[in-house]
Amino acid sequence: MIRRFIQNAGWPRIIIALFLLGLFIAAPFVGVRVDTSLSNTLVRFGMNGVMVLAMIPMVQAGCGLNFGLPLGIIAGLLGATLSIEWNTEILAWLSGLGTQYKISWLNDMFVTAWREPLGFASAIIIAVPIAAILGWFYGKLLNRVKGDEMMIATYVGFSSVSFMCIAWLLLPYKHPTMVWGYAGKGLRTTISVEGYWLHVLSDSLALNIQTDDIHLYIPTGMLIFFAVMAVLVWIFMRTKTGTAMTAVGSNPEFARASGVNVDHMRTVAVMMSTILGAVGIIVYEQSFGFIQLYMGPFYMALPAVASILLGGASVNKAGILNVIVGTFLFQGILTMTPSVINSYLQTDMSEVIRLIVSNGMILYALTRKVRAGR
Amino acid sequence: MSEGNTPLLRLDHIGKEFYGNRVLSDISFDINAGEIIGLVGENGAGKSTLLNILFGMPVISSTGGHEGKIQIDGRNVNFTSPNQALAHGIGMVHQEFSLIPGFTAAENILLNREVLNGSSMSYLFSDRVSTLNRTAMNERARAAINTLGVNISPYMSVSEMPVGYKQFIEIAREIDRKNTRLLFLDEPTAVLAESEAEILIAALKKLARSGIAIVFISHRLSEVKELCHRILVLRDGRLITDRPADELTTRQIASLMVGRQSSSVDLEKHEIPEEIPAEPETADSVLASPKKKKKIRPALKVEHLWVDMPGETVRDVSFEVKKGEIFGIGGLAGHGKLGIPNGIMGLYPAGGTVRLFGRKLTLNKPRAALGRKMAFVSEDRRGVGLLLDEPLDWNITFTAMQTQGRFLLGIPYIFQVRNEHAMRREARKFIDSLSIKCTGPGQLAGELSGGNQQKVCLAKAFVLRPNILLICEPTRGIDIGAKSLVLDTLKEYNRENGTTIIITSSELEELRSVCNRVAIVDEGKIAGILPASSPAEDFGMLMMGQTRHDEEGEESA
Amino acid sequence: MRKIFDLVANNAVPAVFIIISAFAIPLSGYSASYLIQELLTRIGRNSFLILSLLIPIMAGMGLNFGMVLGAMAGQIGLLFICDWGVVGIPGMVLACLIGTPIAIVLGIFCGHVLNRAKGREMVTSYILGFFINGVYQMTVLYLMGWVIPITNPALLLSRGYGVRNAVSLLGIRGVLDNLIPTIITGTQGAGQFLSVNGAKSYILMQIPFLEGAIRIPLATLVVIALFCVFIVWFRKTKLGQDMRAIGQSQSVADSSGIPVNRTRIIAIVISTVLACYGQIIYLQNMGTLNTYNSHDQTGMFSIAALLIGGASVSRATIANVFAGVILFHLMFIVAPVAGKNLIGDAQIGEYFRVFVSYGIIAISLVLHAWRRNREREAARRSLRGNKGGE
Repeated sequence: MIRRFIQNAGWPRIIIALFLLGLFIAAPFVGVRVDTSLSNTLVRFGMNGVMVLAMIPMVQAGCGLNFGLPLGIIAGLLGATLSIEWNTEILAWLSGLGTQYKISWLNDMFVTAWREPLGFASAIIIAVPIAAILGWFYGKLLNRVKGDEMMIATYVGFSSVSFMCIAWLLLPYKHPTMVWGYAGKGLRTTISVEGYWLHVLSDSLALNIQTDDIHLYIPTGMLIFFAVMAVLVWIFMRTKTGTAMTAVGSNPEFARASGVNVDHMRTVAVMMSTILGAVGIIVYEQSFGFIQLYMGPFYMALPAVASILLGGASVNKAGILNVIVGTFLFQGILTMTPSVINSYLQTDMSEVIRLIVSNGMILYALTRKVRAGR
Repeated sequence: MSEGNTPLLRLDHIGKEFYGNRVLSDISFDINAGEIIGLVGENGAGKSTLLNILFGMPVISSTGGHEGKIQIDGRNVNFTSPNQALAHGIGMVHQEFSLIPGFTAAENILLNREVLNGSSMSYLFSDRVSTLNRTAMNERARAAINTLGVNISPYMSVSEMPVGYKQFIEIAREIDRKNTRLLFLDEPTAVLAESEAEILIAALKKLARSGIAIVFISHRLSEVKELCHRILVLRDGRLITDRPADELTTRQIASLMVGRQSSSVDLEKHEIPEEIPAEPETADSVLASPKKKKKIRPALKVEHLWVDMPGETVRDVSFEVKKGEIFGIGGLAGHGKLGIPNGIMGLYPAGGTVRLFGRKLTLNKPRAALGRKMAFVSEDRRGVGLLLDEPLDWNITFTAMQTQGRFLLGIPYIFQVRNEHAMRREARKFIDSLSIKCTGPGQLAGELSGGNQQKVCLAKAFVLRPNILLICEPTRGIDIGAKSLVLDTLKEYNRENGTTIIITSSELEELRSVCNRVAIVDEGKIAGILPASSPAEDFGMLMMGQTRHDEEGEESA
Repeated sequence: MRKIFDLVANNAVPAVFIIISAFAIPLSGYSASYLIQELLTRIGRNSFLILSLLIPIMAGMGLNFGMVLGAMAGQIGLLFICDWGVVGIPGMVLACLIGTPIAIVLGIFCGHVLNRAKGREMVTSYILGFFINGVYQMTVLYLMGWVIPITNPALLLSRGYGVRNAVSLLGIRGVLDNLIPTIITGTQGAGQFLSVNGAKSYILMQIPFLEGAIRIPLATLVVIALFCVFIVWFRKTKLGQDMRAIGQSQSVADSSGIPVNRTRIIAIVISTVLACYGQIIYLQNMGTLNTYNSHDQTGMFSIAALLIGGASVSRATIANVFAGVILFHLMFIVAPVAGKNLIGDAQIGEYFRVFVSYGIIAISLVLHAWRRNREREAARRSLRGNKGGE
């Protein structure tokens, strides 16, 4: 029974889960509050969850781990910055729409009251089609390089990030909160979303208890959003298309013999991954409070990849449960190690532990023997 | 046979069982220096197992070793790796080229046996840090090539060589070994043009005169007869014949290979005794079953089909299959019999015309073929036939779900989710009816045994409710009990639903036991279509590429 | 026709770079002597690192992103000699001696890991670089000065353990470059005596029309030349031949009795050790060690340079290395200034060269995978061949 459990869960997962548990147990003894830590873990879980979710379609379709997540993130960044750039226009257009079509509730008052959620929604609505287009090209590219997807994805991510570095400087953004003050052009490295859609998800329905005894904050809205996205992905993987996608990843020859267009399925999977990445980064930013441009998205794929692997996924199989478990464990470690270990050792080891755990996990997945017979 | 002095190689009562499945029994023969032996037999007659034993392949020792003794120069040997065989002077030229394309002829011939310049470094570390002596290497390669009587430059890159040259390089590599005394050649002429084959045969004769013994494995009986001194025929793991080549005609060899009319020993090999049409009347009675005689129209009409399937090229094939018929396609491996069903199903690039019940079928599109209610069971069960990492219900219902929209809930084209309940129910139905041994519909397909996996593949095809069922190698790699069950299932399905079934198999007996008619494919073309009741040696002659014309020529000579 | 196509396809990348440079050099407004000086410095600084990539490519293991392992080993060697105060050439030699065993151990580890991940060596070695980086940081940031004795307080963080972010390598700075001080001057500067680190350098030759003086890191270039000779020799050895065979077909090599896995490990070990020496040479030129960042970009820049020189994932020559260093660093030097002069923003040139580095690796990887898949297809076709001789 226990052996079977260990076999199913895998040693690395159990070791890390026990480590995390140990950190939570040790926390009170070194003066770290468990409730605060738990709150932080939940916040980071909500922030990163959707980006980890973005791994599922590509892994399931046999395209490997999506090291090219930065491409989706770029689409998200475009959506986020454009939603701020055009914030006034969008809101004006919406209330204008209300007047034009005599929709009584869609008036100035409504728009003003809901301007933050509307801004957030506009960011996503702008980002999704961009992500879909980028994902389509990215998918076509990956279809031509079957067998080498992961390495190429990494460098597609890197080169698109560095290309966008140039673009962020040159694109004609005008909004004063976003461009460099002295030059009047070129986007800043970090842009605050305060006043636009800071914490729109995190703070809605949030449970916030701050008394002398308890410091608990649960970003209910953000967790619900993640849950909705997870359920959508879960349902999608059960549709006819999702089933075909899984079969393509499991055995492309079988899928082809069953009349499935393998390349098409892979492209759809890559597009979905890219779109989820775009949505994921916007969720991340509303909680984080800042849009990080330039080299910001550079290494963002690695934590997401490590999370899903930590949750028990392999290079060619991943599910929602892997995402939830993995994100929680990974973000838990990231939250707890600085606070607990630092209080104990008086030094910040979190960066080193992050490097070793995340890359060790990916390494473990890459070197696992592929099942015989393939 | 024995010539008094010790033979080069002696096999003494060699036998082998794989998991209780006997594949070789009681093989004994000698090979003397300078002798050329022709080793012939159908696919699955035990040739490759024999070679594996001789070369000490790990597959033998890991499955419990073999019976009998192998002697070289009168001394017992037992190899545990091919390298030991090489050290004893036994070389092998494989069917697939094992050459490095970017290397020159000389580099390939001397691969891992390079001539080295001595250097002080090699004492410090190992020989691997000595530099190569290219001049000496090229000289040695040239000498080896010259032995064969062909003219190939040692500097030529293998990637730029015609196929025939590559074969010569492979052989040159073996004879360059200082101690090579016995050379096994597995189908060396299969990839050669006729003129190249002639040069090769001349080269081999020359080689034998220099004292090297050669074992020549080929399906081209005329070549075997021309080249070899002695011919050994293997059938069902037994040595049937060991006679000088000039005592046999090609027709005799062919009938020895496939024929079993004269030998009673074979009866114990038959899996489904009551169905074996060893006697013609059994097959006739199948044909005469009343249901099929009534209305016969071509269910499938194939005209000038070509299929670009690697290793199984189909060149120009035309045939007709009647409705409700069980049609067999036989022939030797590599001659294109597998290409026919794979091409019709659109899995490999194909051309020509295929008509289903009179209507033309779009080729090169698996979806089109499936849409016309054809179902396919692939010969490559693990590679194409199954989702090994997915549960059985997925495997059984997936194709029907994707092509016929069954096992789904929701609105077509808009939103459809799979109906797991229906999938499991369907899977359970087949698990019961085909008695698939498993823990339930949720078990992963990769965890089942070969026979049960094959039943899953059949279930997958049956779920489609096909009009025409194409099955490749239905009994390959499964045990005897499962074999008969699979064949019985097919016959029953044909009887109950009137489904047209096309079976492709390397086992001629199996085809003759199940089918109404059997087509034999040879070198990408149909050599002939015979009723299953025809004598086995007629099939054998078709398989060996012996046309009437050849035979007559031989007899008149 | 096909030959022409191949010629263009194989040299497209260097050609594009030559064109970019041809436009960017005049835009930058740098003088010829400045550019030559810079290029010579960078050739001395980087070639050794890039050369260390050649052997794994020969063995069919692709671009060795794991070369950063060697770089880290070299840095550990440097940290020790700084602590012990060994300076000059002896210091460098000692750093190499300390780095070598570490590099060998890391190389063996890397080789074993890569043997477990055949077919995806590159992505694995890439992640392995990050993983070992974590171990390296742990060692240097926590263990040094605590478990591993470091006595020089100038090296340590104020808390008493862990190495500072920037370590000055004054003791060995330029020792190899200036071991044989050599200068080329124009006719005008002939009378001047230049001194390098106190030692009087002598003038190698005078070239008319050249303005200013160019210092030549002669000893470094000699070391690099020796290394090139080593590679040429290595290719001719049995081991080199075995690696080429494995690179082309592991299964054929295996069936002919070549110990495939062992040879692959040897290839990685050689590469790692050489990368260790390369990093030491690189840092003696730079003069400061950024303890936690110096090795970060080593792999990426070396690989990008090699690819820009016209190499591919499966084929690289010594000529590719030098063409790559020159073209890549020419762009490195001129791009920011050219960007500034063109668009008025130096940052753009900076980002442009980063983009080019990553883009060129991405394109090379794509082309390689694409070509390989097409060749596989072609090989399948040729196998069908003329069976039966129609």
